[in-house]
Amino acid sequence: MKKSNKIFKVIVIFFLVFLYAPALLLPIFSFNNSKVISFPLSGFSTIWFEELLYENTLHNALFNSLLIAISSTILATILGTLVARASTRYIFYGKRISITFILVPLILPEIILGVCLLTVLIQLGLDLNLWSVVLGHTLLITPFSTLIMVSAFNNLDISLEEASLDLGMSSFQTFRIIILPMVSPGLISSLLIGFVISLDEFIIAFFLTGVEPTLPVYIWSQFRFPAKLPSTMALGTILLIVSLILVSLFEYFRRRMELYNYYSVGLDQK
Amino acid sequence: MNKKNIRNPEKIVDLISIKKSFDKIIAVNNVSLGIKEGEFFSLLGPSGCGKTTLLRIIAGFEKPENGDVFINGKNVNSVEPNNRPTNMVFQNYAIFPHLNVSENVGYGLRNTSLNKDEIAQKIEEALNLVGLEGYHKRASSALSGGQRQRVALARALILKPRVLLLDEPLSALDKNLREQMQFELRQLQKSVGITFVLVTHDQTEALTMSDRVGVMFNGKVDQVASPEEIYNKPQTKRVASFIGNMNFFETQYLEKKSKTISVSHKDLGNIKLLKSNIFGVDKSKLTIGIRPENFKINNKNGKKQPKSFNAKVVEKSFMGDTMLYGINLRENDHHTYRISISDIKNTPSPNIGEEISVYFQEDDIVAYYEE
Repeated sequence: MKKSNKIFKVIVIFFLVFLYAPALLLPIFSFNNSKVISFPLSGFSTIWFEELLYENTLHNALFNSLLIAISSTILATILGTLVARASTRYIFYGKRISITFILVPLILPEIILGVCLLTVLIQLGLDLNLWSVVLGHTLLITPFSTLIMVSAFNNLDISLEEASLDLGMSSFQTFRIIILPMVSPGLISSLLIGFVISLDEFIIAFFLTGVEPTLPVYIWSQFRFPAKLPSTMALGTILLIVSLILVSLFEYFRRRMELYNYYSVGLDQK
Repeated sequence: MNKKNIRNPEKIVDLISIKKSFDKIIAVNNVSLGIKEGEFFSLLGPSGCGKTTLLRIIAGFEKPENGDVFINGKNVNSVEPNNRPTNMVFQNYAIFPHLNVSENVGYGLRNTSLNKDEIAQKIEEALNLVGLEGYHKRASSALSGGQRQRVALARALILKPRVLLLDEPLSALDKNLREQMQFELRQLQKSVGITFVLVTHDQTEALTMSDRVGVMFNGKVDQVASPEEIYNKPQTKRVASFIGNMNFFETQYLEKKSKTISVSHKDLGNIKLLKSNIFGVDKSKLTIGIRPENFKINNKNGKKQPKSFNAKVVEKSFMGDTMLYGINLRENDHHTYRISISDIKNTPSPNIGEEISVYFQEDDIVAYYEE
């Protein structure tokens, strides 16, 4: 028993190093005061972060990305909530197959998705702009939202809804006072994860963005200029920290959702 | 069918020919049932017999395919649960986990025109009623099973429903708490005077708490009667075997008189049955039922009672207040019949393997025509 525990420990440590060591290079080089990305480090500096403040194209790209991330996340969460509600509360013909198709973008290569969307938009004669990226990202995020919201609604004991109706509340009041607060950890989780996915999505954005770049497309374009590399790493550091915060929040709300489920079933917690 | 909209006001709940099925499985099959104002009524039956479905039809969560539901004399077929004068205590209590005790108990008052002070007053009263004084601000996640149930009760009773529906409310509690809550529920029902309809699969619960019991099997109500009558005169064989223990004997039909029917059994001899104790559609074959406590053991050297037979003890177990015996009637017949002796002191105590003489009273016997 003890021995295998040790082996697992080694595997976990190795895995974490493998996963995070490259990411740790980002903050290290972004605080280095040399234009060349190599060891040994030459000194501490925040110049690369300061430089970000004056990059107008970066600011535009950031604004585009935030706009896309917020819009597509909200759209996808609304869609995912509706799908989840339908799939957990109603019985209808073709339910399984339609849920399966909603989840397909999870496993479809993004490049295929990007090419398909591009073809469709061009065939329809639509302009490529930020809204076409919103469309693509909504398609990409909806499966995640659906999965999270299905689990949120599954955790919601139907007798809570019935109890609310039984106590004289209308369906709308029940939704507002009982259902919404109880699935809100799921909603927040879905919004957070959707936001993170959209913010760093490159392929679909690259295909559909037209002339206005998103943040990842901007970063990619910066690699052509070696002089811009350190400030790109500074940008990467900021994104890394933001992502970590968002994912931690996501995990916090996901756990709260599970606790709700635990308490609502009427068993003593032990 | 002529739908009358006003019915007998004596029956607070009146179900007429209710039918409900799920995916071709009939859950409730043409049930008609009247529940009187102010009584404690139990629906008793094994799981899957349709008792919970029937309760949910009264509450309005299920719509019957056929038949009419009257509550307080009004047809409520098209009335939603939130507009029915019924409230429900759910099996898992359905306490809102994100609301505290006060918010849970006062939940149904949100839609009333009461002001804040009046609501607080009512919550206070409801909490006192169920013995949860001072629990107002307690988080619902910090409640024990018994406390949850009290919150669920207070939450349902605060609206002063005409009928309180309880779906297996005691099944999640441990044995001691369950017995205490049985008593408390009964007291509560008497003090508030509201009609209680309880669904349970526990016969002890139904018998000890109720004014009347409806026993259900396979979507049908076999018998509706007082607990005593259900126990002493079960009208069908399945009611007889579901409630308590019953020894069944197949008999031969002898003759019919104005008030009695005579039958014979190869071991018990000739038996005269009261016609009022015989149930079912008249057929030639009768099965008689005798409760274990209606068998007595003859003293070895004393005078034998008129209706006696010989048996061999094959099982014996001491239950504290009673002694249970298993007996065989013949050497080659291994069916074990049960005897329960409550007067242990004044009764012989035969050991396993001993031959004994057992007697019974003809008046205690119930009988069923074989289908």
